[in-house]
Amino acid sequence: MSDVPPVGVGAGVDSATPSQGPAGGPGAETSTGIEGRSPWVLAWQRLRHDRVAMISLVVICLIGLVAIIAPLFASVTGHPPNQQYRGPGALSPEGLPAHPSSAFWLGTDDLGRDILVRIAYGSRISLLVGVVATGMTVAIGVVVGLAAGYLGGIVDTVLARLVDVVLSVPFLLVAVALVSITGASLTITILVIGFFSWASVARIVRGQVLSLREREFVEAARSLGASDRRIMFVDVLPNVLAPVIVYATLLIPVVIVVQATLSFLGLGLPPPTADWGGMISESVQYYTVAWWFVFFPGAALLITTLAFNLFGDGVRDAFDPRTDRLIGQK
Amino acid sequence: MSEAMDLPLGDPGGETTHAGTEVLMAARDVRKLFPVAREGLFGQRDYVHAVDGVSLDVRRGETLGLVGETGCGKSTLARCLSRLYELTEGTIEFDGQDITNLSRRRLRPVRREVQMIFQDPYGSLNPRRRVGSIIGDPFVIHGIDSRQDRKRQVQSLMERVGLNPEHYNRFPADFSGGQRQRIGVARALALHPKLVICDEPVSALDVSIQAQILNLLSDLQDDFGLTYVFISHDLSVVRHVSDRVAVMYLGKIMEISASEDLFTTTRHPYTRALLSALPTPDPDEADSRERIVLVGDVPSPVHPPSGCRFHPRCPKARSHCVEAVPPLEQVFDDLPSHRTACFYPLAIGEDLSQSVPQLGAGESEIVSSDGAEES
Repeated sequence: MSDVPPVGVGAGVDSATPSQGPAGGPGAETSTGIEGRSPWVLAWQRLRHDRVAMISLVVICLIGLVAIIAPLFASVTGHPPNQQYRGPGALSPEGLPAHPSSAFWLGTDDLGRDILVRIAYGSRISLLVGVVATGMTVAIGVVVGLAAGYLGGIVDTVLARLVDVVLSVPFLLVAVALVSITGASLTITILVIGFFSWASVARIVRGQVLSLREREFVEAARSLGASDRRIMFVDVLPNVLAPVIVYATLLIPVVIVVQATLSFLGLGLPPPTADWGGMISESVQYYTVAWWFVFFPGAALLITTLAFNLFGDGVRDAFDPRTDRLIGQK
Repeated sequence: MSEAMDLPLGDPGGETTHAGTEVLMAARDVRKLFPVAREGLFGQRDYVHAVDGVSLDVRRGETLGLVGETGCGKSTLARCLSRLYELTEGTIEFDGQDITNLSRRRLRPVRREVQMIFQDPYGSLNPRRRVGSIIGDPFVIHGIDSRQDRKRQVQSLMERVGLNPEHYNRFPADFSGGQRQRIGVARALALHPKLVICDEPVSALDVSIQAQILNLLSDLQDDFGLTYVFISHDLSVVRHVSDRVAVMYLGKIMEISASEDLFTTTRHPYTRALLSALPTPDPDEADSRERIVLVGDVPSPVHPPSGCRFHPRCPKARSHCVEAVPPLEQVFDDLPSHRTACFYPLAIGEDLSQSVPQLGAGESEIVSSDGAEES
């Protein structure tokens, strides 16, 4: 051991630590554990005190639960999602959608199908597309942004131009054209959305990396002999993740709406499949006589996107230390 | 540069300091230019002459101090020596091997031997990674030791540099500036390098902490047989730690000598000016001693002055200084290890503040018109 005394505040505080035990309580100040609290833990602690974000998170979890147990809705009500019912209760005598009733809790659609069950099944499509397409977007965007920002030079020039090109392509026109060539399917929906959204993630990441690249810890890694790949993914990537996560949580609701929009335009999934955009599309002819037909799928879409948006706001605030005081005042 | 190429490589004999005479790293005529944005589309491409023809030897076991004002190119030189920057010109030899143009892969073994300690203890540690993993980086990168061994190694390193090894899982933000610099030291020493380049390792620290880090560095030098290149703008720090000192000005070495020699028999007017600016604790002495106030600012390194870089601000400059570049060589009856780049070096006891500038103000303006006016 050296005879150099430990510097600064460390010595006094640390010697007391081992006896302190695990009971830190919710107050952040009491925790002086040996384990450093990672920036993620700190962000989570801030997020936990954000009531709106936590309510939104609960709502998101509930929607996820509904998606998982959708078959349960079908078995409890006894109505499979694509089963068309005739007769009283399922369709009015004129053949119009039936009111919400004890048999059909949220009413039926124009073909006599149970709207509640179809909404439950539709949530599967929305969440699946929302999460998978966003994941794909983030994966492509992060890799492209890292490469462009860190490697620079010709790589940066080419990738930055590519980003500009992708951002200037009219999304809906190309989506319509693509779907009409390949036919509508879940895969093509995800691919189309993913392909058109990564560019903005790449831009965010590239900007961050450009400033991180000049930091001394990157230079230190290079002087240790680290490879470019290691510096990009071990040293630089963790420092850009926070804005990427914020962007991703805010991108999920956008993707869900885009998917619903594609379905509404008839570019989503082929008809018998239950999905929210498609249901709203089918309801447009009936909204004067059957409000429930458009209202419930619309409400499901609204609640889902609202919950993701509010949660995303909370995540953004949690990662931004300057919002500390605002949350404290609530 | 011709005058640099003439230097004997080993600089044999005449060395009175404790360090060995075996050359560990030899830089020859190192030059590093940075392009600056050109003016207009067809303007001439300008360059910052950050390091402009530096030759020096680092001997095994010694501490070589490198001093100079901000912007004189000492940090750039450090990054050239550690091959973080590609040289524009010149060669660097390490342990008998020319490492100037080694590919990244071939450079990896050299990276193990040459390490850096950085100036900013806040910027040089990744804020998102745990201290244990930062200090363990060298082991991972060079594929040394298993996971369990690594943790043990890192903890013994932490203990060696005066950190609590139980803080293995903390983040850099949980430490004070001095503790962070200890983390940087531990990382640099992890693989037992031969040469450590310290780029202003204590400049960002509180004075009371500076001494602790300096003591730590000197303890470690004894234990591990390290060689240091120690960069600082603080002459008193450099005097304390160095066996030899090189004084830089505008990308060139002005004077190099054994540490005490430099302070007692100062030859270069610039070195003397630097020394006269050192604070003295005794107010009576401070009042009576020679004070040299240099006129003007450091000229822009984009258009450095002709001849001797220092001539626009030198009290002893004559017209010869404007025309020719003084070679870095032995003057008067100095030891061979003491070399000065000056045509009119100071004799012992000469009072520089009495010197009347030989270059008229007008003349001085003309000759430096592309330099001094720039900044």
